[in-house]
Amino acid sequence: MAQKPVSQKPAPKPKARPRPARPVAKPAAKAAARPSRRPAPVEPAAPPIVKPPKATANELDLLKELSNAASVSGDEGAVRKIILDAIRPHVDEVNVDVMGNVLAIKRGPGRGERVLVAAHMDEVGFMVSGHDADGTLRIEIVGGVDDRVLLGKHVLVGAKRVPGVIGVAPVHLLNADRRSAVTKANQLRVDLGVESADAAKKLAKAGDRGVFATEFDVVGPSLRGKALDDRLGCATLVELLRGGPYGFDLHAAFTVQEEVGLRGAKVAGYAVDPVCAFVLDCTPAHDLPHSDEERENAQYNTRLGYGPAIYVADASTLHDARLVAYLQATAAGAGIPYQIQQPGGGGTDAGSIHRNRAGVPTVSLSVPGRYLHTPVSLVRAEDWRNSVKLMKLALEGWTTKILKR
Amino acid sequence: MDVIAHLKELTSAPGLSGYEAPVRETIRAAWAPLTTEIHVDRLGSLWATKAGTAKAPRPKIMLAAHMDSIGLMVTQVAGEFLRVTQVGGIDARVMPGQLVTVHGKEDLPGLVAQPAAFLLPKANREGVVPLGELVVDVGLPAERVAALVRVGDVISFAAPPRELQGDMLVARYCDNRASVAALTVCLETLQTRPHAWDVIAVATVQEEVGVKGALTSAFALNPALAIAVDVAFGSGANVKDSPDRTFALGGGPVIAFGPNMHPGLSAALKAAADRAEITHTTESLASHSGTDAFGIQIARAGIPTACLGIPLRNMHTPVEQLSAKDVARTGRLIAEFIAGLKEDFVSTLTLE
Repeated sequence: MAQKPVSQKPAPKPKARPRPARPVAKPAAKAAARPSRRPAPVEPAAPPIVKPPKATANELDLLKELSNAASVSGDEGAVRKIILDAIRPHVDEVNVDVMGNVLAIKRGPGRGERVLVAAHMDEVGFMVSGHDADGTLRIEIVGGVDDRVLLGKHVLVGAKRVPGVIGVAPVHLLNADRRSAVTKANQLRVDLGVESADAAKKLAKAGDRGVFATEFDVVGPSLRGKALDDRLGCATLVELLRGGPYGFDLHAAFTVQEEVGLRGAKVAGYAVDPVCAFVLDCTPAHDLPHSDEERENAQYNTRLGYGPAIYVADASTLHDARLVAYLQATAAGAGIPYQIQQPGGGGTDAGSIHRNRAGVPTVSLSVPGRYLHTPVSLVRAEDWRNSVKLMKLALEGWTTKILKR
Repeated sequence: MDVIAHLKELTSAPGLSGYEAPVRETIRAAWAPLTTEIHVDRLGSLWATKAGTAKAPRPKIMLAAHMDSIGLMVTQVAGEFLRVTQVGGIDARVMPGQLVTVHGKEDLPGLVAQPAAFLLPKANREGVVPLGELVVDVGLPAERVAALVRVGDVISFAAPPRELQGDMLVARYCDNRASVAALTVCLETLQTRPHAWDVIAVATVQEEVGVKGALTSAFALNPALAIAVDVAFGSGANVKDSPDRTFALGGGPVIAFGPNMHPGLSAALKAAADRAEITHTTESLASHSGTDAFGIQIARAGIPTACLGIPLRNMHTPVEQLSAKDVARTGRLIAEFIAGLKEDFVSTLTLE
């Protein structure tokens, strides 16, 4: 029997003595072990979140008037008039420029640095493009409106706010294909209740603008109305002008034509030539549940009830990091909740302002809003009041030191 | 009678199919002073009887106008949002952006919302979003919604009424409160017109879900004649390719002819309209009238039934549009017909 070479059986390993568990290094400790390239972020000691003061009846009335007024891009006169009346007693100078922007100056005792705060006056809506023989109006949409929210809605046309209806063929008369087809804007007609083009022309001319007929309302903790984007920003800016004076010259720009390309802001930014700018807007809150209950909604952009949204980056602007940090620190220091708008999408007047002349450090602060650019938008009153409170404190505490690198 | 004011009153009360109580009270208040007897039947239909002058036993004519309306019902409370289904035929195309009232423990103002595309199933992102994918937002935090709203609560449209030019009114629930208003006009007109027959105005329930009030009320009432009053498709910009099935607002009531209507009765109605010079049109309805007439005609041993339609644009949406003149004309036509009804009319009724 061939003997297998007797291989030395490896000596049995001594049973591992149970070793004391090595302490698991916490990631922070690990980082501390190596010299890091960036300083660890400074967490401000957070005071407790406090509720903001509620809007006064006066402030709510102004917002209601602004929300109900009709001011479609390019035709902002109605809102402009409300704002001019509201701010004249509180500013040193006010002008309406060639595009219709309201540019107001509230001087402060400081060295006259110019800080721009902007909010846009215009809303999305439609324009009458022609008259059909049956008395209805053909329309074109102004700004970004999903065709699907236009059907079966009350509207108001022109400066006289002539009531009309965007009608629809009843489903009973349609086959299945047409029932599930989206009606495009150019197929829609506004019905004023007249039966001839002549009668219609007496009520609404081609070029007249139209808006949804929604009336502003307070619903529990929420505010509901049309054009909260950006009448909320306008109302906030009016309140800021009623406050102060601040340590700098506050240049308020109530801009036109934001919804059709941030165009009024470009001109306003050029005229003011500020050292920095804050833009007040309303940003979508897509915080509805996912159709598939298992899935989490991770693309909400902003959420109602989480405070005003500070922009870091949207589709048109990388917001100035110093101003972002300043707003965050101001909020944290005063117990004001805030959220960061999820980066990537959307746009505000900051898109035009920051590229103006040699550049303007800019940040946007928005109230989160559901159903923007539809007949009825919805926000939480507290998010709005917190945005007012945050902006007030930010302006009251602003110095050029904030822009130091 | 101020028809527009009455219409605004009638359309201000909710009354979904199966939940008609609020509007029934509004109608009772309007009809009680014009009639001698009010009765609510087993399913909730409201009968208002105005006695005729002929000797008892008098023949009865039933005037049916459904008081129920379409709406929504809560299927799920999903945090602060509600998922819904339809009660009656809802047009999902017009729902995004509509104001509604959720009838929970309290009436809660809400709106119908279309979620952003990324929240919808891929198949629903581009086209008309089906009702099951829309949500209702009442503007309250989840804890409040949980305390106030339950699965099964009903939801009505909340868009306010608006007057357009002339006598045009846009309001929710013109289908079929317009017909109820027409019956009010009829009863009012009959206050000063003697009539042999007993007139029973019936505000029926649950028409929108299968003409159930009509079926059961007709059985219980067993009238000799019946006229169902409902809404007809109004002509206009959006229905240009249905010229025969749509009728001008301001053209008066539409008298229907077809298998669902007794030809003799329909002809008699038309004759009454011609005699009284009431502007009207006629409609050829090839099959189902889509109204209470469908149920009444085959109740018991069969009831001679006619159908009048009030032209209406944007049917089954919260922005239904009509001409107040058409409502008044419809009421007057029925009153004229009843005033001219001889006691032995039924014996003269022929199918030719």
